[in-house]
Amino acid sequence: MSGGRIVVVGNGMVGQRFVTALRDRDTAGAWQVRVFGEERQRAYDRVALSSCFDGVDPQALDLVPDGCYDGHDYVLHVDEAVSAIDRAARTVTTSRGRTVEYDALVLATGSYAFVPPVPGADLPGCFVYRTLDDLAAIIAAARRVTGCSPVDPAAPAVARACGSQDTSSGSAGSGSTGSPRGVVIGGGLLGLEAARALHQLGLSVHIVEMADRLMPLQVDDGGGALLRRMVEQLGVTVHTGTFAASIATADSSGEPGAGEPTGAVTPGHAGTDGAAGMSAPMTVTLGDGTTVPAEVVVFAAGVRPRDQLARAAGLAVGARGGIVVDAGCATADPSVFAIGECACIDGRVHGLVAPGYAMAALLAERLLGGPGEFGAPDTSTKLKLLGVDVASFGDALAATPGALEVTVNDPVLGSYAKLVVSDDASTLLGGVLVGDASKYALLRPLVGRALPGDPLAMISPAGGGPGDGGPGGGAGGVGVAALPADAMVCSCHAVTRAAIDTAITELELTSVAEVKSRTRAGTGCGSCVPMLAGLLAANGVAANPALCEHFACSRAQLAELIRTEHITTFSDLVTRHGLGRGCDICKPVVASILASYGNGHILDGEQAALQDTNDAFLANIQRNGTYSVVPRIPGGEVTPAKLIAIGEVARDFDLYTKITGGQRIDLLGARVEQLPAIWRRLVEAGFESGHAYGKALRTVKSCVGSTWCRYGVGDSVALAIQLELRYRGLRSPHKIKAGVSGCARECAEARGKDIGVIATERGWNLYVGGNGGFRPRHADLLLSDVDADTLIRTIDRFLMFYIRTADRLQRTSAWLESLASATTRPTVSTGSTDTASTGTGGSSGPAASGRTSHTDATDATSSAHGLDGLDGLDGLDGLDGLDGLDGLAYLRAVLVDDALGIAADLDAAMGRHVATYHDEWAGVLADPERLRRFVSFVNAPDTPDPSISFVTERDQPRPVLLPVPMQAPRVQAAADAPAGTAR
Amino acid sequence: MSVGEDAARWTAVCRFEDLTPERGVAALVDGTQVAVFRTHDDRLFALGNQDPFSGAWVLSRGIVGTRTSRPTVASPMHKQVFDLCTGECLDDHGVAVPVYGVRVREGTVEVSAVEVNGT
Repeated sequence: MSGGRIVVVGNGMVGQRFVTALRDRDTAGAWQVRVFGEERQRAYDRVALSSCFDGVDPQALDLVPDGCYDGHDYVLHVDEAVSAIDRAARTVTTSRGRTVEYDALVLATGSYAFVPPVPGADLPGCFVYRTLDDLAAIIAAARRVTGCSPVDPAAPAVARACGSQDTSSGSAGSGSTGSPRGVVIGGGLLGLEAARALHQLGLSVHIVEMADRLMPLQVDDGGGALLRRMVEQLGVTVHTGTFAASIATADSSGEPGAGEPTGAVTPGHAGTDGAAGMSAPMTVTLGDGTTVPAEVVVFAAGVRPRDQLARAAGLAVGARGGIVVDAGCATADPSVFAIGECACIDGRVHGLVAPGYAMAALLAERLLGGPGEFGAPDTSTKLKLLGVDVASFGDALAATPGALEVTVNDPVLGSYAKLVVSDDASTLLGGVLVGDASKYALLRPLVGRALPGDPLAMISPAGGGPGDGGPGGGAGGVGVAALPADAMVCSCHAVTRAAIDTAITELELTSVAEVKSRTRAGTGCGSCVPMLAGLLAANGVAANPALCEHFACSRAQLAELIRTEHITTFSDLVTRHGLGRGCDICKPVVASILASYGNGHILDGEQAALQDTNDAFLANIQRNGTYSVVPRIPGGEVTPAKLIAIGEVARDFDLYTKITGGQRIDLLGARVEQLPAIWRRLVEAGFESGHAYGKALRTVKSCVGSTWCRYGVGDSVALAIQLELRYRGLRSPHKIKAGVSGCARECAEARGKDIGVIATERGWNLYVGGNGGFRPRHADLLLSDVDADTLIRTIDRFLMFYIRTADRLQRTSAWLESLASATTRPTVSTGSTDTASTGTGGSSGPAASGRTSHTDATDATSSAHGLDGLDGLDGLDGLDGLDGLDGLAYLRAVLVDDALGIAADLDAAMGRHVATYHDEWAGVLADPERLRRFVSFVNAPDTPDPSISFVTERDQPRPVLLPVPMQAPRVQAAADAPAGTAR
Repeated sequence: MSVGEDAARWTAVCRFEDLTPERGVAALVDGTQVAVFRTHDDRLFALGNQDPFSGAWVLSRGIVGTRTSRPTVASPMHKQVFDLCTGECLDDHGVAVPVYGVRVREGTVEVSAVEVNGT
């Protein structure tokens, strides 16, 4: 058989995969293909069904490639089931009465949801969880009982918004208080998916599982215990070791519809329009006598192969169902084949999509005369169930004789990991990951191979963030680089590392998206997507936004998560969106963002532990471990009395004194225990912190301006002071400097600053994005001849927009350059959020009052699931008209014309900053708890560090350099260097 | 192997609750500068306070965190990361700082300035 007519029965995932594979391979056009699908929709990604609850448009689940069906050689008939096979005549008959001849018949009928023979399972409030129509019916029912209007699953973000208790089903007296309840029968993969769906629909969920743990087929007792605890923390009630004995309507208890479900019976209603309002309150009675009131019951007790058509045609079926086929997917009838979940190979039915895909590919191969046999299937799974990551792979339950188990159980971090290794501990056999499945992608391809590292280190709880192989390293130091060339990176599509490497080099791929589209890796379950970034990096293509191993997202994305989710602590953030306990990269970033949005004194509570040493001691550390002190001198204007006060402090504490480039005075050589005494004197003399130690506004430099200068046209000093006092203490992605010149002669060198203002005859010119330092850049003209109010409002927005969207340690110059094209622009969340409740900003600025705060259901739902929430940030990135603008024009559109609709938010944020500013040093001096940290030694507070000493040079102290134990201290890139004395 | 308890001389340095989680303090123990850290899970670690790259005695002022699963401190000078358990520098193999004994007795943190081999 090398050509002719193929009829494919079923247009599910595997049936479609077969057609796609055949079409790809049959370049000679040997076959004509007709496909019959019983559902109204053509093939869609059933595995991702639950993603509809995250706001994914069901259209996005479509699996049919463009142009797959041409109406001639490849024809698809949906909503038309095959009702009979006549093997003798080689024809099939369809539900529409059509009779179609075949030369080869491919059965890809899949499974049906198994409904155990429970009395009452056919009540209107009972459902299964398998198809888009099932989903729509469940959503409609949940909406009715939660008081929300029915919606189509096409409507994104089904849940959250509906928390109402109003039960339209009316009949009270079921004793149900609180949320309407949903019971899920079955605690396996599907059950947990269904539970999540009901949970998100606002129902209070009970899961009933016959085995003694959740996901009994995938995880062991230890993983099951953690999974249960994490699921219960979400408010889900778990009943294990029992079963649903009966279901009855609450008002006719014991009088169920007593149906004896036979075979493929579908309980309840199967359509969106079915039995509206019929789901009366029910009572589910469990085997142990427990009764659970419920408005919705979902059966997720497994699936059974749909083999009735084959049975009726006289084909053999397995003992537990499934059409019997050989390793080439052929039945005893050489013209009839079966693939996917309806097939039974070697007595086994495979209920996962990966084995089905493998069958689809091999059958396509064989029909074109090629070889191909079904081998050992990959039954690995990784899912995020109820927000809990669960993965199992290989021999997860350690069934191999002599297998050893290495387990790490960290109840504090909420992670359980087990590796199953061979008896000599040399080969990885399988494993289970619960709570943190980030290492799944890397570990799964290593099954059956030599362990590349210490198994314990490989599953250590905080190890290997997403993007393994990047700077964050991999599991226990084992990165993507350790993967052998023939390792299966994407088991859904059988893509090896070698294939991906080849595609990256030969096709010059540079992004994960390209790798996905060209190799298809990562387009199945998606679990290997993080590895694709690692493989890009391993091939010399670097593009990883991950901040560090603890956060897979960029600073800007973290800033948005913190802002939109009102996160106020690092612990909360890392629990929700990160891994481990942070590091010297992410902690200061988070500290800065928290401070930008106003969360009290930076040394209070948990924030104290996030600060880099400079912020922790509110001073700049110097090479000998001493600190420098820089009081704020706004605009560089200082009275003689204050100048004398500084001089006296410097003299009394024997500090090296130098005038800085930012028109203030640096006092160096202060030991940590001297800092409070120094600052007490300075504060008494009327000084405050100059934030020389912070990624924050440093100085606003000015010339003397029109008051004194015979050329001056504007009062640059007064404006500089106003700006410095307005933005003092504002934490930002990097330090910010500003300058104001009184005329175009530019004596303040304002165009070398992040913000430069130059007086004109008619007002002020505003320049942004200037830089000195490592990469000098003149600032660009943003506004001309504006008045002071417009100027300040625009600078307010500029700074807040920068804080919201810039990368870590990205100065405004580089940020401005990133705005130049639509492709490199940061994504901007355009929705207004409830900024008024952020942090301590109770006394929000006046600008906040004009904005209605709201958090719509879309935001809440999409951001409720880890980093998936970032999908919600895309906003109006493709806003008409903005794409074509250059960086400055874009900035003008956003800041002046409010093209993104965020100006009020930006204004409010700056209003809060200005209103809540306090001098950090005064705050320390007033609080003994904060002061306590300013000691050299915790057990000898008054003893100076004996290693610090000075000699005199040019009449001032100079540090005696300490012997360095190491030969060659590493030189850091300029951008990473501590702030030091530069300012 | 850690030094036997009898051989170690333990010096009380502060109360346990004086330590801020995920920060360090310096203590002067028998003339030796010891950096004592409290991690988020309330474990204690003690390393030599000198940053071997800059020579400054400042490790206690670094940021405490994790790398893979290891508790770490990053030097406040040039951010090299050290394993709190072993004293090893994770960014520059072959470099390590001393590890000292630390324990809590009746709420008091005690440090032994006798160097312990990191394991």
